[in-house]
Amino acid sequence: MNVRLYVWQRLTAAVIVPLALVHIGVIFYATRHGLSAAEIFGRTRGSIAWGMFYALFVAAVSIHVPIGLRTVLIEWTALDRHYCDGTAIAFGILLALAGLRAAAAVVLP
Amino acid sequence: MIVSMTDTFEVSLWRGNAAGRYHSYEVPRRDNQTVLDVVTFVQRHLDATLSYRFACRVGMCGSCAMTVNGRPRWTCRTHVSKVAARGRVIIGPLANLPIIKDLAVDMTEFFAKWQAGKGAFVPPSPTPPPFPPPQAGEGWGGGRRRGSGSGAVPIARIAPDSPARRAADAAIECINCAVCYAACDTVRWNPSYLGPAALNRAWTLVNDERDAANPQRLAAIAADGGCYACHTHQSCQEHCPVGLNPTASIAGLKRRAVAGYLKGEIAA
Repeated sequence: MNVRLYVWQRLTAAVIVPLALVHIGVIFYATRHGLSAAEIFGRTRGSIAWGMFYALFVAAVSIHVPIGLRTVLIEWTALDRHYCDGTAIAFGILLALAGLRAAAAVVLP
Repeated sequence: MIVSMTDTFEVSLWRGNAAGRYHSYEVPRRDNQTVLDVVTFVQRHLDATLSYRFACRVGMCGSCAMTVNGRPRWTCRTHVSKVAARGRVIIGPLANLPIIKDLAVDMTEFFAKWQAGKGAFVPPSPTPPPFPPPQAGEGWGGGRRRGSGSGAVPIARIAPDSPARRAADAAIECINCAVCYAACDTVRWNPSYLGPAALNRAWTLVNDERDAANPQRLAAIAADGGCYACHTHQSCQEHCPVGLNPTASIAGLKRRAVAGYLKGEIAA
């Protein structure tokens, strides 16, 4: 890992930590109050705030995770360095697409 | 030399190259016996073909490090009584370095990484002749280096209690034994990683305000395989025979390189 990746990984971690806490808190809230899927969608669909919340969450994760994955691939496999880079970038794109699709399903009206 | 073998113990030594194996020898037990004493006894009395490396025998030169009962150690300062598990001692070459033969490893890669991490002091330019002789009426400690021409370069005065000097002091006593390098998981996993010793050395120079190569040094240690490859396992600190803490030095480098990167001093 070089300093540029290190800074990006730390910055995205600083974003992810509070967002993850809120996300987990929302899960606890929804389950403890017995909210149905329809009730949850009723609160999230059309909400710009929840849309921005999860878009930021997905973006941060999609940057953070591939940086760590790249290190794991470099250290635990004998793959060529460029292959590790490519695999990590592809996985980040996959995370972004899957995450944004999930967020869209929750917040788009 | 006649050796009494009345009180002996078994020692296993690695023989051969990477495809070698351990051979067992019966050696006499002595008071205050070091692991290096044992290896030397085998070489001088039992098998003259045994290859190993040592020089000072007093913990200064850093050349006698080996793997003793699974841990990298300086053998000249390691008493057998301290490490003999159930009376048995197993001695192998250092890990993470190519074996030349028996207990001697090839240190080329280790020192090449020192150079890759810019581990050499670079004087400010224009470079004055080294240690110009004092002239009449002048002592050695004049505080000013005389250049060969018009570009005399003053020697910075370093306050012994300055934070940078203290940081360098804490890391400066490395004896280049490669024990930390052999103990490091990241070195084992990532061949491009410079390793704790090279980065610890870089940290001493980063804190030397007389050095003129810190932009290049920070760029070198901030690249792939530099300080950010460290996972802070702290094996280097745990195993360092002279009690240094390379992990702390690497943490310092991480902070310093981030600051340099955010200021635009390091291209990455």
